[in-house]
Amino acid sequence: MAAEFMEVGVGRRPDENRTREERIRGLICEALEPQMVAIENDSARHAGHAGAREMAERGAGGETHYLMLVVSGAFRGAGRVQRQRLVHEILADEFRTGLHALSLTLRTPEEQASASAA
Amino acid sequence: MADAVSQRIQSEIEANPVMLYMKGDAMFPQCGFSARVVQILSHLQVPFQTANVLEDPSLREGIKSFSNWPTIPQLYVKGEFVGGCDIVTEMFQSGELQTLFEEKGIPVIA
Repeated sequence: MAAEFMEVGVGRRPDENRTREERIRGLICEALEPQMVAIENDSARHAGHAGAREMAERGAGGETHYLMLVVSGAFRGAGRVQRQRLVHEILADEFRTGLHALSLTLRTPEEQASASAA
Repeated sequence: MADAVSQRIQSEIEANPVMLYMKGDAMFPQCGFSARVVQILSHLQVPFQTANVLEDPSLREGIKSFSNWPTIPQLYVKGEFVGGCDIVTEMFQSGELQTLFEEKGIPVIA
């Protein structure tokens, strides 16, 4: 409680010090207990385009476009749309705060094993 | 009462067997992800309709809540949501997209 009070005292929440990539990683790890998470910030490549400019105006510049691979048993038995919806729900706050594009590869451990063998 | 945007989307996806909500249009996509889906559909030579969400802010937000999906593009086949760019690309690469079109009675050339 003391720590929280101090954070409030300096006028920001602890989360605000973390990059979006760190927050995404934290949320995914907590919710999906993944075997593997790889996140790549692809924002720079999209910097010129309309979506990125608009987000930059809203203060989310440089943290708009990501690629992510998640390998988790939580995806077993779920179809593609269901898996992505699950990730979208976990990251709902990020989408609300300027996450604009998230390219997802979502695999079960079994699928990952055959993907790396191929 | 369903709002006007949802009604518009519902009637578009019912009227058009392959309906793509995207940024820009098929000739001039305004986003790389939209462009990729257009490229796949064009490659398969399936007839498709597009709606440009950049021309209509209410559509841009409306399509996201309609499908409960936060990003654009969004592809609908015979009134059903198929997915966005990642899903369409994966399904194309594995041949599932071609199978889906055939099952839905939409002829695929490639």
